[in-house]
Amino acid sequence: MRMKTVLLAAATSAAMAVTGWAQEPVKIGMITTLSGPAGYLGQDIRDGFQLAIDAEGGKLGGAPVTLMVEDDGLKPGNGRQIADRFLNNEGVKLFTGIVFSNVAGATVPDILDGDAIYVSPNAAPSNMAGKGCHENYFVVSWQNDSLHESAGQNATNLGYKSAFVLAPNYQAGKDAISGFKRFFKGEIVGEVYTRLDQTDFAAEMAQIRDAKPEVVFQFHPGGLGITFMRQYQQAGLLDAVPMVVAEPSMDGVILKAVGEAAIGVNVSSHWNSDFDNEANKAFVAAWQKAYDRPLTYYASQGYDAARAIASALKATGGDIEDIGAFRDALRKADFQSVRGKFAFGPNQHPVQDWYALKVVAGEDGKPVLRTGARILEDHSDAYASDCAL
Amino acid sequence: MTLFLEQMLNGLQLGVMLFLMAAGLTLIFGIMGIINLAHGSIYMVGAYAGTLVIGQTGSFLLGIAGALGAAAVTGVVMEMVVIRRLYRRDHLDQVLATFAIILILNQLVTILFGRQPLFVPMPPLLAGSVELLPGLVYPVYRLSIIVVGLLVAAGLYVLINRTRIGMLVRAGSTNRDMVRALGVDIRMLYTVVFGLGALLAGLAGLMAGPILAVQVGMGEQILITTFVVVVIGGVGSIRGAFFASLIIGVVDTMLRAYLPGLLRQIMVGSEADALGAGISSMGIYLLMALVLLVRPKGLFAADS
Repeated sequence: MRMKTVLLAAATSAAMAVTGWAQEPVKIGMITTLSGPAGYLGQDIRDGFQLAIDAEGGKLGGAPVTLMVEDDGLKPGNGRQIADRFLNNEGVKLFTGIVFSNVAGATVPDILDGDAIYVSPNAAPSNMAGKGCHENYFVVSWQNDSLHESAGQNATNLGYKSAFVLAPNYQAGKDAISGFKRFFKGEIVGEVYTRLDQTDFAAEMAQIRDAKPEVVFQFHPGGLGITFMRQYQQAGLLDAVPMVVAEPSMDGVILKAVGEAAIGVNVSSHWNSDFDNEANKAFVAAWQKAYDRPLTYYASQGYDAARAIASALKATGGDIEDIGAFRDALRKADFQSVRGKFAFGPNQHPVQDWYALKVVAGEDGKPVLRTGARILEDHSDAYASDCAL
Repeated sequence: MTLFLEQMLNGLQLGVMLFLMAAGLTLIFGIMGIINLAHGSIYMVGAYAGTLVIGQTGSFLLGIAGALGAAAVTGVVMEMVVIRRLYRRDHLDQVLATFAIILILNQLVTILFGRQPLFVPMPPLLAGSVELLPGLVYPVYRLSIIVVGLLVAAGLYVLINRTRIGMLVRAGSTNRDMVRALGVDIRMLYTVVFGLGALLAGLAGLMAGPILAVQVGMGEQILITTFVVVVIGGVGSIRGAFFASLIIGVVDTMLRAYLPGLLRQIMVGSEADALGAGISSMGIYLLMALVLLVRPKGLFAADS
């Protein structure tokens, strides 16, 4: 009797293990910024990611997935705690979601040390692109510097001779300014580091006015960008000194908040909602159907990160236990990105094209971002050659 | 020289905004002995209510009424429902409870308005800039913030020093127990003080709307600086809050504007900029430490 029960139990559990193994959803840990002034950045990444899952009916690349989302509150310590919990208690092997480089800097190394994969939908600080690159670390968005290298090249193409540059005093801000300087051929007449929690830029506006540059380059993501643009306009500078920015300083939400004042601002980007390719049209249509808020490039990156993960899951049949095979599959980047051309470089950061956008009045009079000429083709980043992968 | 004057005006404007917040906070802290972390949330409520009313009606004047009303109501309800239970508890309980209010209000606002920052149009009358001196162009709206802030300061001075309720407030901040022993309805006084503080925070929130982004969490950003002002000025002292606000506003602005430039005289450009930005964001805290070293109770301690 007893023997029979044991056998039965063993058989049942074996059967459960087999079926369970086949149907066990892949856990994806998403650590992102959902609260505070920058909360909409993480919200858009999350919702873009979710769109890709919904399009497959709860699967990615044919494999069922569970998306576990936690808010880091833009605090590096929080991000790290969540990562530890996901790794040790939940057994998560696949991570994504971090918006800010300071959170990424504290959190991603723990994830990589835990033999898990991290696929970045946004932040990609310079120190993790070169010597600090890692075989488990993939970036779907861009390397921080590249964003602003495109802005520097854009300013050079537009023929500006002197620039005043501003960015918050943290890793991505420093990356922004060094990226801009690398490709801007003119003179830097002023360089100011603001605070990541700054709300009033009046002092900086006065300095810009005093320095009389031909162009202003600034990097202020999220709520910071709205405040900066509006105060720039209120100080009467928008008519006097043109502005060249990369996409984080003029996303869909900032554009809506700043309104007509933004018309004429030069933006550079790797993606825009008007890109003419099948993947992008499907994505934009799906977004507009699901949400009634402006579409940002953060959402496009969340979507692309999910699609990249889907391509790897498809190749491995939903298996992430064999991490080497999963990595190899992911590295192929076998998916149609909403930005068009996309490939991973040797440091597993993107190689992609950059475009000049301009804020113009749309058909209904509301300002929109319109794509213009290509600025950089098959652009990688300055650190790829230092990576030993 | 015009640059220096413009930066002084910027510092002054930041100072009066801080004063509107600090005046309420210092009274609540000084008279009621409550550490109210949720003061910044009332600022946020004022900003959102003002934005909502302005958006619906298109009138900035109605927006003022809406913001002040919403802030005062939030303040009074908060006092009656939560704060009133905390007077006899220690500061840790107060911090926990008011921190909970921050989280609740932030989440409520997120549910009602979403996470995306809102856009407040500038009142057309105040939208332009004026040339104060040759070469010194300054936005009219920021000038009006300075004027409103100074008017409120004058009004508070009269209220505190010339009226009966002001007398009770002064007495309360000096010796709470004695006021109660003399038969004053201290509960009523507390509610009035809390409501007044909320009103001023709401006003600050409303005025901040057109220049800053109206967004969830905007209150916490200003709250920390406000606490620095309260500590430097001396807890419970409106006069202290006024001078400390202006000092903090000007010092913070000037450090940000001039420190990187000064450091650049002695170091490489980019290092000087980064170090300057670092030190200037510490500046007000260093100042607070210095003041506490010399005058542990603040510049104008109420019960000296």
